Amino acid sequence: MIAQTHDEKLAAFLEKIDNGGKIEADDWMPDDYRTQLIKLISMHGMSEIMGALPEKEWVPKAPTLRRKLAIMAKVQDEMGHGQLLLRVAEDLMAPLGKTREDMLNDLFTGRLKFHNVFHMEAPTWADAGVIGWLVDGAAIITQTMSLDTSYAPYSRALHRICAEEKFHAQHGESIVLALAEGTEQQRRMLQDAVTRWWPALLMFFGPPEGGKISSNQQMNMRYKIRSQTNEELRQVFFDKYVPRIFHLGLTLPDPTIRYDEAAGQWIYQQPDWDEFKQIVSGHGPRSVQRLDLRKLSYQQAQWVRDALLNNTQQAI
Amino acid sequence: MNTDQKALQELLFQLADDDFILAYRGSEWLGLAPHIEEDVAFSSMSQDTMGHAVMFYEMLEELGAGTADDLAQLRKPQDFRNAVLVERPNGTGHYMEQPNYDWAYAVARTYLYELFKWVRLEALMSSSYQPLVQISRKMMTELRYHLMHWQTWTKHLAGGGQESRDRLQAAIAQVCQDIEGLFSFGPHADAIVAAGLIADASTLKARWLEKASDALAKNGLALPDAFPAPSHDGRAGEHTEQLADVLNTLSEVYRLDPAAAW
Repeated sequence: MIAQTHDEKLAAFLEKIDNGGKIEADDWMPDDYRTQLIKLISMHGMSEIMGALPEKEWVPKAPTLRRKLAIMAKVQDEMGHGQLLLRVAEDLMAPLGKTREDMLNDLFTGRLKFHNVFHMEAPTWADAGVIGWLVDGAAIITQTMSLDTSYAPYSRALHRICAEEKFHAQHGESIVLALAEGTEQQRRMLQDAVTRWWPALLMFFGPPEGGKISSNQQMNMRYKIRSQTNEELRQVFFDKYVPRIFHLGLTLPDPTIRYDEAAGQWIYQQPDWDEFKQIVSGHGPRSVQRLDLRKLSYQQAQWVRDALLNNTQQAI
Repeated sequence: MNTDQKALQELLFQLADDDFILAYRGSEWLGLAPHIEEDVAFSSMSQDTMGHAVMFYEMLEELGAGTADDLAQLRKPQDFRNAVLVERPNGTGHYMEQPNYDWAYAVARTYLYELFKWVRLEALMSSSYQPLVQISRKMMTELRYHLMHWQTWTKHLAGGGQESRDRLQAAIAQVCQDIEGLFSFGPHADAIVAAGLIADASTLKARWLEKASDALAKNGLALPDAFPAPSHDGRAGEHTEQLADVLNTLSEVYRLDPAAAW
């Protein structure tokens, strides 16, 4: 085989993904493609794991035996998704000599961020329902966009994750419907949770581009890692959920939200994007507490990891 | 209620409450297990265990004892019939704040309890109450995998160096402080055995001793020579304060309005 220059490899790589070809872990890939994927997938994976924590608060308290079983299964799935994604990220990081341990340390030092929604408080049972219904609903929208991503291992993981997320959204919807059709107290609990989560849900998709797409988004689109902008995804979310929210007789804390027929899009009030930056950089209402929880359990398990390592060494 | 009916209900409450409270303790671990793979596995097993509790509560519901949800969530601590072992906390702290949980205790407690559960289900296979015979077979197929899982952990911790071995051995000793409470059918023991619902407690204990000793000996570990009398007889409704905390937490939402649909 004739040795290729970097430019030739890059040209062949781009031609391949432009023709719908998929990249596997062992294939040649540009460094910045690898970097973008590691960033995206490790953040996604850690978000699944950190995302288990707000709902986990309600696992022991779920109101009926059936709900207890369902929410345990749901949060277990989220951990499973985290595991699946970290494995994909681990393969990408291996040539750089990095491991899962590095990802966890990056999480603890704030270098590796997780989704804004998982920094928020979940003070009532209705929050567990809203997380399942709307946060998972929002996640399905962003993940569906990436199903056809150029990186094959991520695509395979996402296919499995999306299939399970659909069950989660149904689980969340079922909790929400029971509350919506319930007593005055239950309806109030639900309305409060929707009001509380609305700004975080808008932020979930990331800042709008205002005609100027960020270099990150541009690169991810060029590399066919993603295919839609933040704002396009947010509009899909509105299309799907705003009518349903109103249909349940709930209100949104945005009196201006409406569908503009002429523009073919939803007009809405922007959340505070400065606050968004604060939240994802670890200054959200529950950021410190949740990170501490993860850190504490990691530190406490040091002796277990040592023990497992000792076993492996003996086996060799 | 005649003596046989009372005996059956008492036994069902013991079966249901043991699994329910231990599964609750398992659910507190969610997100905090030593690694992500274990989190998924442990959670899956806690769901099995809670599922078993639900089946027992539903049997009680069919017998007219009340709805399964009310039985699980509205009874007072003194009405619970679980052994004290399963209500012991996972460590210090709260599951949301500073949980100082002890993985060695989790492994030792769950393994030794589930070995007991295996022996108890085996005995229920020849129960005079047919629904128990059927349900036991189903539960044992799941339990077999749990036992393999805890066996592996026992092997890894026992072979994982001095610190890990010491921690596990200490946890086994701690679990054994409460172990005697499992081998009690409570104040209605005679009626339970006389009705042919299950073999007597001393038979179960002998079978468990053999199994547990073998399982530990394989890994160079041992049970203590003697087990103290239980500090509280859970089967008679005597419990630690921790059970009240558990029940307050697990029924917090349901109690807001037990008549509402959740």
